[in-house]
Amino acid sequence: MKLVRDTWMVFTRQMTLVLRNPVWLIVGIMQPLYFLLLFGPLLKGALRMSAEDAYRFFVPGLLVQLAMFGTLFVGFGLIAELRAGVIERMRVTPVSRLSLLLGRSLRDIVTLLVQAALLTALSLPFGLSVRLRDLVLAFALLALIALMLSATSYALALKLRSEDALAPLMNAVSMPILLLSGILLPLSGWLKRVGEWNPFTYAVNASRALFAGDPGDANVWKALVIVTVLAVAAAVWAARSFARSVR
Amino acid sequence: MIIETKGLRKTFRSRKGTVEAVRGVDLVVDEGEIFGFLGPNGAGKTTTLRMLATLLTPDGGAATIAGADLRRAPGEVRRRIGYVAQGGCTWDEVSAREELIYQARLYGVDKAEARRRAEHAIGAFQLEAFADRPTKTYSGGQRRRVDIALGVIHQPRVVFLDEPTTGLDPQSRAHMWDEVRRLRDEGMSVFITTHYLDEADALCDRIAIMDHGEIVAEGTSAELKRQIAGDVVTVGLDGTAPKAAALLEGEPYVNRLETLDEGLRLYVDSGATAIPQILRALDGAGIALASIELHRPSLDDVFLAQTGRSLRDSGEGA
Repeated sequence: MKLVRDTWMVFTRQMTLVLRNPVWLIVGIMQPLYFLLLFGPLLKGALRMSAEDAYRFFVPGLLVQLAMFGTLFVGFGLIAELRAGVIERMRVTPVSRLSLLLGRSLRDIVTLLVQAALLTALSLPFGLSVRLRDLVLAFALLALIALMLSATSYALALKLRSEDALAPLMNAVSMPILLLSGILLPLSGWLKRVGEWNPFTYAVNASRALFAGDPGDANVWKALVIVTVLAVAAAVWAARSFARSVR
Repeated sequence: MIIETKGLRKTFRSRKGTVEAVRGVDLVVDEGEIFGFLGPNGAGKTTTLRMLATLLTPDGGAATIAGADLRRAPGEVRRRIGYVAQGGCTWDEVSAREELIYQARLYGVDKAEARRRAEHAIGAFQLEAFADRPTKTYSGGQRRRVDIALGVIHQPRVVFLDEPTTGLDPQSRAHMWDEVRRLRDEGMSVFITTHYLDEADALCDRIAIMDHGEIVAEGTSAELKRQIAGDVVTVGLDGTAPKAAALLEGEPYVNRLETLDEGLRLYVDSGATAIPQILRALDGAGIALASIELHRPSLDDVFLAQTGRSLRDSGEGA
């Protein structure tokens, strides 16, 4: 009960900050919009698909990409908060340590889902269609990805405490994960075999299966299990980082 | 007694080696007093404070704060203390009033009561003129007042203030001293760290002098100065200090002698009788004086006597 209340307190303050300075919300949605508008039209020809099939292939991957890049870099905001002293101030209060993480990740999930809903809506005129039931499941998967990556980002931010160290690490990790997930083009050959070790490959395949109207696809439950396990592990790690006394 | 520590210690380990930041601190802070931690930067004051505020886990020793055991019940300690860090603690985009309400809510206070407390704090700390503007627009003094108001919004029994006046102009500083005294007069115990001698002297009911992770002296300002019996004579010399030191070292009227950068500091029983003798001795050896000064012992003399260094010389003490 206290955890719920504390998480809500942390979340509402974080949302206030987002709404007072919504520029990052807009920046975050720009990249996938560019992909949708400037890259999407090429797919029809490149993949020899109909427009509907091309977008049904591309948009689910784009949503996973949005979840990745929208949440992997949230640690930068935390470093600014560390520097401002607000984290230390909170850590002296009896507020639950887990809520310091969950409130923030909840904000990241909510902002991501707003962006994802916007991107999905904008894709409909291009011929995308999806059942609401499948869309809800796909968004649940996105939310879990957001929890996993934002918690990871916060844990690393608490460890590194410097933007200069966090930025190159995030780029070094995120690019191969992105390219080996088959988001942009289907994987083949040896890349496909390597990609089978990438949890995001399952997430992308699951997202595609859901948009294709096939929630029974094995990728769906596999992705949900894998991402849930990783999200819980990342959350435990990050919550412990918030609790630990670091100088 | 509001705080009692026994053998509190903390060692930091990094790739560059280990630093024994706090090496066995024993202290007692009484209820309703302003207790000051005086020492140069790097003496271990902030580390001790952060341990008492539950932000750092001690490597050894024990502490009881407002009746709660620091190691066994840190959650209980948090409920009973306030802590104001050196570097500020507010979000730029949020106003002081919003921060005060939020802070009270973090301690489990309901919305209406939180609003009432924020209103009260705005009056008590004189924040009316800017309480509804974002904190990024505040001056240093305004910001510090808000920080302290946040630190005591839940009416803790003891509040820790880390260097509360560092970086403030003289007027804001005087204002801050008044705020600290007001908190004490309302019954709160206040634990401050400072590297300002005059602040420790004027503001603190009791002082512990800290150096290299240890407490080297403790007492009221008057008690500490009494340890240095008699008067202090400072002699200004141009490059002849070692020679003069050798000359005066054995004189019976000199209780103690410290060599400074540009002269000597002599501890004597009575300045009135010692000064003529010092002048005669130096004159006889042909040593010219740049200046001579007589003063009552200050806290700096206490620090010097305990550590062999002047607080003014170590770091940015003033």
